[in-house]
Amino acid sequence: MTRQLLSTGSEWSFELIDKYDRELARIAADFKLDTYPNQIEVVTAEQMMDAYASVGMPIGYQHWSYGKEYLAVENRYRRGQMGLAYELVINSNPCIAYLMEENTMTMQALVLAHACYGHNSFFKSNYLFRAWTTADSIVDYLVFARGFIGECEQRYGETAIEELLDSCHALRNYGVDRYKRPPQLSVERETARRRERDEYRQAAVNDIWRTLPTRDAVQDGASDERFPAEPQENLLYFIEKHAPLLEPWQREIVRIVRKLAQYFYPQRQTQVMNEGWATFWHYTLLNRMYDEGLVDDSFMLEFLTSHTNVIAQPGFDHPYYRGVNPYALGFSMMTDIRRICETPTPEDRQWFPDLAGTPWLGALDFAMRNFKDESFVAQYLSPKLIRDLRLFSLIDDDREDAYAVSAIHDDNGYRRIRRALAEQYNLGSREPNIQVNAVDRRGDRSLTLRHIPFERRPLGESTGDVLKHIARLWGFPVRLETLDVNNKPELVGHAHPAN
Amino acid sequence: MDSIVDRRLNGRNKSAVNRARFVRRYQDQLKRAVADAISKRSIKDLERGERVDLPRRDIREPVFHHGGGGYRESVHPGNKEYSAGDRLPRPAGGAQGRGNQASDSGEGEDDFSFVLSREEFLNFFFEDLALPDLVKTELTRLPRYKSVRAGFTTSGVPTNINVIRSLKSAAARRQVLQAPYRTRLKGVETQRDALVVGRGRAPELEALDEEIARLKRRIRAVPFIDTIDLRYNHRIKQPQPTTQAVMFCLMDVSGSMDQGRKEIAKRFFALLYLFLTRVYERIDVVFIRHHTQAAEVNEEEFFSARDTGGTVVSSALMLMQEIIAARYTSAAWNIYGAQASDGDNWHSDSSRCRELLEQEILPHVQYFAYVQVGAEEEQGLWQQYAATSAAHPRLAIRKINTVADIYPVFRQLFAKKPA
Repeated sequence: MTRQLLSTGSEWSFELIDKYDRELARIAADFKLDTYPNQIEVVTAEQMMDAYASVGMPIGYQHWSYGKEYLAVENRYRRGQMGLAYELVINSNPCIAYLMEENTMTMQALVLAHACYGHNSFFKSNYLFRAWTTADSIVDYLVFARGFIGECEQRYGETAIEELLDSCHALRNYGVDRYKRPPQLSVERETARRRERDEYRQAAVNDIWRTLPTRDAVQDGASDERFPAEPQENLLYFIEKHAPLLEPWQREIVRIVRKLAQYFYPQRQTQVMNEGWATFWHYTLLNRMYDEGLVDDSFMLEFLTSHTNVIAQPGFDHPYYRGVNPYALGFSMMTDIRRICETPTPEDRQWFPDLAGTPWLGALDFAMRNFKDESFVAQYLSPKLIRDLRLFSLIDDDREDAYAVSAIHDDNGYRRIRRALAEQYNLGSREPNIQVNAVDRRGDRSLTLRHIPFERRPLGESTGDVLKHIARLWGFPVRLETLDVNNKPELVGHAHPAN
Repeated sequence: MDSIVDRRLNGRNKSAVNRARFVRRYQDQLKRAVADAISKRSIKDLERGERVDLPRRDIREPVFHHGGGGYRESVHPGNKEYSAGDRLPRPAGGAQGRGNQASDSGEGEDDFSFVLSREEFLNFFFEDLALPDLVKTELTRLPRYKSVRAGFTTSGVPTNINVIRSLKSAAARRQVLQAPYRTRLKGVETQRDALVVGRGRAPELEALDEEIARLKRRIRAVPFIDTIDLRYNHRIKQPQPTTQAVMFCLMDVSGSMDQGRKEIAKRFFALLYLFLTRVYERIDVVFIRHHTQAAEVNEEEFFSARDTGGTVVSSALMLMQEIIAARYTSAAWNIYGAQASDGDNWHSDSSRCRELLEQEILPHVQYFAYVQVGAEEEQGLWQQYAATSAAHPRLAIRKINTVADIYPVFRQLFAKKPA
């Protein structure tokens, strides 16, 4: 316990980062954290903003929306509304983490622990990331995507690509197969297969549209099969495969947007868990370093100040309230699981009989591997935490003229609050459920989408614009139906391609 | 297995292309913003970037999302007094699904604002002026520096080595470093001479010879030239021309000059100002407005105030001449004149103007530009000026109906003059 301090003062150097990284790696291995190798990159504030603007892709294709993002970040940073995030970490192998040069040594250590050991191990082990992303090849795929889109811009003009990407981005959240594991990505394969795929796809598309019917068929209408046979939830995939007028290179771009959306899909579903996990581990790792005498009191004070800021949860009536802070909720839940394992109360034994009294490291590891936000909250939110955070649930029903408090932190309310909070993280209910319902193959070739409302929630005001984008991709009219209370479809919007 | 990479030296403007695309995509809105900014700004103040606001709904990327309404249940922290079954009035303004629920439509309705850089701003400014590219680059350029000699330094690139200086310091160094050996050598040689004369013993002689040889070796070992001897020509950057100029803006503010014509005139003055800032370090601007009488005013009054009544142009020219005589007589001032008018003038005054211009003003000024704004037919003043301009290359006249007509006035000014 009488080890040497690793450093004093706030100056960092590459040697020090290396030293801290070694110590953290040793302690993380003690805790059995399984990580990808790290690639730690020291960047300037401007480079950090660059990285930020490209939504965490180390190499992005070029599009105005990233420019907009950059301006927004820069603007907020200049006005001092936003401290830049201390860190940015990319789910790749090796795991790329950015450190800002302005940080103090303490902050660098915090970021190392948070990103290089917390997020990194989460990326490597959580089932969604394992199923949906391939960390080994994402950087290569991004290089391929950027190259391909750049090539298309040269050949077909920037405007054409920009419009196509705009349309694809509008459907970005509808480009995921929720129930199928996607095949692995790899550059060589992508490039090699591209040409082959182009030809094949064009042929397949032609096949669907080979509708010069024999006279008989028109007369008896017997072969009026429904297409698609079943509703399709992956709109981008459907367009990529079946849109009649797209050129092969356009299909390839649709595919790129779809693949990237898929890559980010797990991150959208595990925000609480991912941040909670990383925060729990930076807290645990740095405290262990302090216990071992590797860092001094001033280090800990600085670290705890920013740690406390990160997990601050203002109450609902606070001017800074922006909803539940995922860092706060995730960190509290991870800590709470450890508490239930180590020092369970009778209440915990009743609520979590399988958890109370078991080794905490194994329990936490299991939770991290096998859940997403929705199921994690539904499984692990404890009555004690509900009391600590003083959670309550509120019903906003447009048929009533007032909000109603449906549950608070008492015996009658725990389960309801837990279910409501879990539901809040359910992507399926957060985003409107819209599926491809039918294609009119014999008539005007129109595409009919069907919206199945959730809790009677209507669609937002930008729906019309999205339909225009879909019409641009589809090339023929697009209709949108909503099922009303009696499950009768009702036309709520339509769009025609511009030319 | 972990690697640490220093990326700070890598290019930083990775987003520059995306930013440029964003600006291009919204150029119509931005052009409007820039035009607004120009009309608000002082003409001396055109070279800044500008903060512009775009309505957020214009730049939103649409996605499917839930609108307000329907049934939703949300969980919030920090309960103080509520218990199950309480009913709370809905807040005014219809903020449905408080807080995080509506996060998919996320951003508020306030404007998206950012700062256009100086180049971007000037590009928009130049866009409808139909400037040739060469001129645009000339104007967007930052002040030019001239590199001048400034003595010598001890570090630099090999091409800048100053041979004479370097050899001088080498010589000095050799002198100093060899001096102790030379003194000793002299002493030893005298000793030896004495010994030879006195037929000294051989071993002593031998020792002295050895010592002499050693000292000579030491003297030879001092290098002829060393890196510390090197001297380089030193050059520093000096801002280019440091002369001063005064620019006279003359404008007719009689009733016929409406707001549109004044805007065109303002662009004209602003462009002249920009041209002059390329050439002169310090520029004074004098604003003279006139109807039947002329007055020197500040910029704000110059562009905003509006008078009615007739027009006597010569009053402005006379005032200009008086001001030159009173304040800008010395040869240190380069004088530029710019006059904007709709061409209307008191009938018999135009010939007086010509006289004033030819005799009193043109001999003093570098350049005088006259623009007739918004009126097609050639007014009396125009005819008189046209006659003058034929004889005086320093006078440029032009009819301007749109802002695109402004630039040709400057073509002559901008052309390279024989020294």
